[in-house]
Amino acid sequence: MSIILQLRRIVMITVLALGAVSLLLILLGISPLTIGITLTKGSIFSWLKFNHVLTIWIPLLLCSCGLLFTFRAGLWNIGVEGQVICGAIGATLVLRLDNTGLPPAALLSFALFTSFLAGGLWGALAGLLKTRGGVNEIFGGLGLNFVAQGVVLWLILGPWKRAGMASMSGTDLFPRELWMWIPPGWRVAPAAIVLVVIVFLLTGMILNATRFGLKIKAAGFNPQAARLFGIRPDLVGFTAMSIGGGLAGLAGGVQVSCVYHRLIPSISSSYGYLALLVVMLAGYKVTPVPIICLLFACLAAGSIQLPITLQIDSSLSGVIQGALVLSGLLVYGLQQRKSRGH
Amino acid sequence: MEISIPSLVAAILVMAAPLVLAALGETLTEKAGVVNLSLDGTILLGAMSGFVIASESQSALFGFIAAAATGATVGAVLAVIGVRLGQSQVAVGFALTFLCRDLAYFLGNPYARQQGPQLETLPIPILSKIPFLGEAFFSHSLIVYLSLLAIPGCYYFLYRTRQGLILRSAGENPDGCWARGINPLRVQIIYTILGSSLVGLAGGAFSLAVKPGWGHPQGCEGIGWIALALVIFGGWNPVRVAAGAYFFGLLQLLGIYFQDYFTTIPAQIFQVAPFPLMIFALILINLGHKSKDRKLTGWIKLLSGRPPKWLGKNYKQA
Repeated sequence: MSIILQLRRIVMITVLALGAVSLLLILLGISPLTIGITLTKGSIFSWLKFNHVLTIWIPLLLCSCGLLFTFRAGLWNIGVEGQVICGAIGATLVLRLDNTGLPPAALLSFALFTSFLAGGLWGALAGLLKTRGGVNEIFGGLGLNFVAQGVVLWLILGPWKRAGMASMSGTDLFPRELWMWIPPGWRVAPAAIVLVVIVFLLTGMILNATRFGLKIKAAGFNPQAARLFGIRPDLVGFTAMSIGGGLAGLAGGVQVSCVYHRLIPSISSSYGYLALLVVMLAGYKVTPVPIICLLFACLAAGSIQLPITLQIDSSLSGVIQGALVLSGLLVYGLQQRKSRGH
Repeated sequence: MEISIPSLVAAILVMAAPLVLAALGETLTEKAGVVNLSLDGTILLGAMSGFVIASESQSALFGFIAAAATGATVGAVLAVIGVRLGQSQVAVGFALTFLCRDLAYFLGNPYARQQGPQLETLPIPILSKIPFLGEAFFSHSLIVYLSLLAIPGCYYFLYRTRQGLILRSAGENPDGCWARGINPLRVQIIYTILGSSLVGLAGGAFSLAVKPGWGHPQGCEGIGWIALALVIFGGWNPVRVAAGAYFFGLLQLLGIYFQDYFTTIPAQIFQVAPFPLMIFALILINLGHKSKDRKLTGWIKLLSGRPPKWLGKNYKQA
C-alpha cells in the first residue's frame, strides 16, 4: 500500500476517534482543549514526566512484541496479564535468594532471564491447553490470568509477606544493591531501554526476515497449506505462544527489578490488555507498534493529572485508546468494502 | 453463620440472576453465528447507565430500560463493524470491552458511592407462603423472576418457533438461509443487538438489585468473561448455560461463607478463587470429552455441545 493511502488512513482514524471523544466532552461541558493541554503537559512537558512515559512504554512494548508473534501465528493470546505476573514472580524469586555469592549485576541478569522463562512457561501452558486439550486459547489464557492473579496474592499475603505484617502494598523492598542502576535525575533504568529496543529489533527481524518468521506467518495464514510444506502449525503455534509469553514475562521482570523493586499485587498494571489494543491498532504490523506504544504511554501518564487538576476520572485515557482502536477497525472495514466495490 | 437450604437457594438465584441474563443473551447472539466478546464492558456500561438514569429519574424501571438500551447500542456497533463491514468480531469485541469499561468509569464518576433507587422484592402472593419453596423461589425482585423465566423462554424460542429456526439457520448454514429468501446478515444483526440488550440488562441487574450502587470498581468486573465461558462450555444450550451460571453463583457464595470460617486465609483469595475454579471446571469437562474412556465420555457428552458452524466467521454473499 502506498504511503499516501497509509497516511490518509492514519488521519481518518485519528480525526474520527478524537472527534467522537471531543463531542462527548463538549456534551458533558468539558473543554476538549483543556483536556488535550493537560494530557500533553502531563506527559512530555518535563523530563521527569517523560521518564514516567518511558516506564510505561517499556513493558507495553515488550508485551506488544510478544503479541506480534502470537497474532502472526493466528492465535489470540489473552493470557498476557498472567504471563507478566509469572515473569514478575520469577524475577522476585531470584532477587530474594540469599547468599548466592553472585555479583548484583549477574543476579539481576539472571532474574530477567528467569522472568523470560517463567512467562514463557505460562504462555506454553496456554499453548499446550490449545494444542493438546483443544481448549480455545482465549479461555485457557483467561483462566490462567485468574490463576496467576490468585498466586501473586497468595505469595504476597502468605510466604513472601512483609516482615511483621502482611500487606496488599507488596513484599519487602529488595536490598539497594539489587536495584537496577538509574542515573541521578532519571526515573527509568537505561538498561531497560536498551533491552526493549534490542527485543523490538529482534522481533522485527525474526518475523520479517527469517525462515522461522515465514513459518509462523504460513501457519497463521493458512494452516492446511502450511502442512503441505512440512510445517506443523500446532508446533509453530506452541512456539509462538512460548515466545510471546516469554516477552510478556520479561516485562514483569523489568517492572520488578527496575520500577517497583518488590512484588506488588497489581504488578501487571493491565499492560497485557493494553498491548492487545496497541497491536490491533497497528493492524498486526511491526513498524507502527513502538509509536503507538509511545502514544498510549503518553495518554496513560498524562491522564494521572486529570483527577488532580480537573476532577475528571483518569479512565478518560482508556476511552481515547479504545475509541482509536474501534475507529481503526471501522476505517479498515470501510476501505475494504470500497476496494471490493460494494 | 446459620445456613438453611431455602435461603441458600434464594441467595444463589439472586447472585446468578445477572449472569443468567448475560449468558442467555450471548447464547442467542452466538447461535446466530456472531461472537460478541464485549460482555465484560457492556455489563459495566449497562450497570452505570442503569444506575445513573435510575438515580436521576428516581425510578428503577427507567434504569433497566436505559441499561438494556445501552446494551443494544453496543451490540449495534459490533453488528455494523463486525457483521456488516466484515471485520474480525473478536477484535471488535475486545476493543469494545475496554472502551465500554473505561467509558463506564469515566461517565459514572460523578455518581460513584451515591445512594440510588433499588429494585424492591415482590413476594408473589400465596406462592411465597409455601414452606421451603416460597422462600427459595417466590420471594425475589422482578429481575430475578425475569432471569428464571428467561431460561425456558429462551429454550422455547430457539427450538420451538419459526423465528428460532431462522436464527439457528443463520449460524449453521447462512447459504441455505439466503437460498430460502432470508438475509442471514440481517438475522445476525438483529440478534447481536437483541442479545447485547440482555447483557446490558444484566448490568442493570447488578447496579440496581444484586450489588446496588456504582463505583470504581463496581464489583461485577470479570463476570462478563465467566458468562462467555459458560456459553461455550454449556454447549450453546440455554438450559445448560443457566445451570453453569447457578454453579458459579454457588461458588461465589461458598467463597463468602468460607471467608468467615478460615480467617487465617486472606479474604482476597476467596474473592478471586471462583473465577479460576469455574474456568478450570469447564476446561476439565472439555478435556474429559476428548478422553477415550467410554464410561467417562458417556456422562460428559451430556455436558458438551457443538458450536454453530459459522460462529465468528463473516458471511459474504456470493
